[in-house]
Amino acid sequence: MSWLIVLPLLIPLTTGILCLVLGSRSAQRVLGLVGALGLLAAALALLSQVNQRGIQAVQVGNWPAPFGITFAADHLSALMVLVSGVVAVVVALYALAEGDTPREQQGYYALSHLLLFGVNGAFLTGDLFNLYVWFEVLLLSSFVLMILGGSKAQLAGGVKYFAVSLLSSILFLVAVGLLYGATGALNMADLATRVGSLAPGLRDGLAMLFLGAFGLKAAVFPFFFWLPASYPAPPVIISALFAGLLTKVGVYALLRVFTLLFTQDTAFTHTVILWVAGLTLLLGVLLALAQGELRRLLSFQLVSHIGYMLMGLGILTPLGLTGSVFYALNHMIVIAALFLLAGLLERLQGTTVLVRMGGLYQSHPWLAVLFLLPAFSLAGLPPFSGFWAKFTLVAAGLQAGQYAIVAVALLVGLLTLLSMGLVFAEAFWKNPPRPLAGTPTPPGLGVPVALLALLALGLGLWAEPLLALSQRAAQELLEPSRYIEAVLGVSR
Amino acid sequence: METWMALLVGGLSAVGVYLMLRPHLIQFLIGFLVLGNAANLLIFTSGRLGSAFPPLVQPDGTVLAPYANPLPQALILTAIVIGFALAAFGIVLFFRAEQVLKTLNAEAMPERLEAAPAPSPVDEVREERA
Repeated sequence: MSWLIVLPLLIPLTTGILCLVLGSRSAQRVLGLVGALGLLAAALALLSQVNQRGIQAVQVGNWPAPFGITFAADHLSALMVLVSGVVAVVVALYALAEGDTPREQQGYYALSHLLLFGVNGAFLTGDLFNLYVWFEVLLLSSFVLMILGGSKAQLAGGVKYFAVSLLSSILFLVAVGLLYGATGALNMADLATRVGSLAPGLRDGLAMLFLGAFGLKAAVFPFFFWLPASYPAPPVIISALFAGLLTKVGVYALLRVFTLLFTQDTAFTHTVILWVAGLTLLLGVLLALAQGELRRLLSFQLVSHIGYMLMGLGILTPLGLTGSVFYALNHMIVIAALFLLAGLLERLQGTTVLVRMGGLYQSHPWLAVLFLLPAFSLAGLPPFSGFWAKFTLVAAGLQAGQYAIVAVALLVGLLTLLSMGLVFAEAFWKNPPRPLAGTPTPPGLGVPVALLALLALGLGLWAEPLLALSQRAAQELLEPSRYIEAVLGVSR
Repeated sequence: METWMALLVGGLSAVGVYLMLRPHLIQFLIGFLVLGNAANLLIFTSGRLGSAFPPLVQPDGTVLAPYANPLPQALILTAIVIGFALAAFGIVLFFRAEQVLKTLNAEAMPERLEAAPAPSPVDEVREERA
């Protein structure tokens, strides 16, 4: 049944509206969790359907394909929706345990579900202009979330985030408008059949506009400086959601556009992507090493690892794209775990400035284990999920003869380990320089972090199912004809 | 006509980019509005200008050519509405930022935050040696 595609949109929308209507805090708390669980269930159902019956498409309002509004779900979309459901559930659990009453009363649950509405819309839409609208939906929710509570740091970070988002929106709008002017199509499947006949110069120029617009969202080199300036500002129940979901929407859009539309001149476009990937990887991790504050450090790590996802796209082989998809899914889980953990440490120690922290290994040994699981996964040590993701990417790079990017990827893995080791030595191992004033920690904050950390371990020990799904996603990306047939064929 | 529109779009873009690069947030917002209008005009131009026919199919099935493409106009309408919402939110955000941070100068904002920038591990080592 094709309504399964719109279910991941309807559930967060309904939840968000109900949260807005119901004023009472306890009702919102229940709804926030129930909505997230419902989204997760719907995403699982959608994935199993896509897995059984191939790419699903639905034409809203029964207008035939290139004219109406299309939603389409292939393996990539379904997997992204699924993992965003996982992140939503875990962050909702953390928010429930944290009980940040003022922000809950100001509509945290409503806004976070409207954000999920926009994110899932972007993952599932089959129309380029609709993608722009979904970006705006998620941006507006994220603007309000970013400054929810209105602290000084949040407002200063929010101004930067707002400014950069406006710029990328305009770039995206111009790119969509020019592409429509050149081809007369907006439906992505329809566009895919027409872009090939454009003049090469026009095509490459448009491709670079899209790379700029989505690169700003995904925070890749040279557009990443806004992310570490704004993501550390809001509390972790917000920044973990952002870190897990928002940049991945940009990565998803890049994966979609540069496999479906702009694949005629890969010697130029995908070489540019490889350069961007390499520079993002290197600069991100080097800047992370220079940070003295945990959340800024994690933000730079987040930026750096976006490079891995672009690396597979730049290589553009089945194995490379498998690696990209798997890496994106794994990274959503791991980075959300690390951000939530940073919030937990802030509560325990009263600070996230690394030199002022310490002694956690002695006082909370189980927390040290919880930190090491996602940290090792981020660095790509076996047997964690990050290892398989990196292994796939490196193997793909070696097969394709892209030795430079492979060397960069391996070096960055090592530097990530160094950076994570530094955090461990500072926050867990050394004795705190002066007594720490933590705030009382509500029970249950460790549970969502433990869920994500065990998921990272589980996906590493039992990587085959997700790897197989990523592989099918990569195959679909490399054969646009299947996507085109599913979207355009359904109405004929 | 298209040439003039192209020049106009280019000029507006230049003005918009210049204003968005200014540190003052109100100038930034005006720059965003100007640049947004440049983008809208650009899309508008792509749908054919001048005395074109309405995009209606005659009862006998003939199409009046050249017709003005209505889709870019619909796109702009959406973009204008979204731009309006963004601008409204931006004004409130900047107003609130001015109240809390006591400045509208983006470059002065980091200094108005309570917390000093975190010392990096390298600084700590220097402090210990000193």
